[in-house]
Amino acid sequence: MSLDDWILALHVLSAFAYVAGMVVFWVLVGAVRRTDTPEPTIRMGPVVKVGNAAVGVGMGGTIVFGIWLAFSVGGYDIWDGWIIAALVLWALAAETGRRTGAAYTRGMDKAQELEAAGQSGPNAELLALNRTQSGLVLHSLGSALALLILIDMIWKPGA
Amino acid sequence: MTSVLAAVRPDSWNFPLFVHVLGAMILVGGTLTAASALAFARGDVRTLRLGYWSLLAVSLPGYILMRIGAQWIYSKEGLDDAPIEEAWTGIGFAVADAGALLLLIALIVGGVGVRRLRGGSGTGLLRATMVISLLLLAAYVVAIWAMSAKPV
Repeated sequence: MSLDDWILALHVLSAFAYVAGMVVFWVLVGAVRRTDTPEPTIRMGPVVKVGNAAVGVGMGGTIVFGIWLAFSVGGYDIWDGWIIAALVLWALAAETGRRTGAAYTRGMDKAQELEAAGQSGPNAELLALNRTQSGLVLHSLGSALALLILIDMIWKPGA
Repeated sequence: MTSVLAAVRPDSWNFPLFVHVLGAMILVGGTLTAASALAFARGDVRTLRLGYWSLLAVSLPGYILMRIGAQWIYSKEGLDDAPIEEAWTGIGFAVADAGALLLLIALIVGGVGVRRLRGGSGTGLLRATMVISLLLLAAYVVAIWAMSAKPV
């Protein structure tokens, strides 16, 4: 196996980590929609960290190993249309992911604030934050961008 | 090898490959969610249920999609009629088939565990489901490496 084979494997593994992280967040988005008390919200914290790690490693790996492959593999160039499209989609997905994280962190912050104040009962504001509509829309948009990247990678339009 | 990497496959192979890869990604995501939720539940019934349902409602449909896509692309490549004896297809089929059995065992064991949660027990069975999920994740990493690097 050549170095490029290994880099391709790492690129694909990174893509899997990224999408796996997105799936983790879909499950969490669904789980917190009915959560109006601090304790179950905070309990999701470690799973959120797993999702963050998967998305972080995945996004970092896809871009680093992807650019390596664009320069190293014969027949592909960094300025190929489908590669430029992937880079643009990746950047949009990264920003969308950052905004989604910020939207859902408000619920976690509120839960920690309530717990620190000794309030363990249902809280309407916490429920509203956990049900953030903007967070849901952003996560849907991020998932659509991830899907478009996958389509671009498989069909390679113009290659 | 670079020429193989750069090769553009026939257009008719793209959709089956898309179905295969998308299914595999959903499978890995569901299994990662299940393993994490079950590992960090610390006996919390709601989190244990979340972990189990991730495996049932996300990983299982992902597996079915992945397996349908795999057979479809295998057939498109003409490998049904002329199978190839290469390590990457062997690893792929081994992980898919043994993985299906393990996933089924994890779902049955976890299902019994979830039912027993009402009576205050079942956490041990769900711990077994978590261990199987972690094993599956390790196997999936090997399979993804084999499918992409294609060792002969």
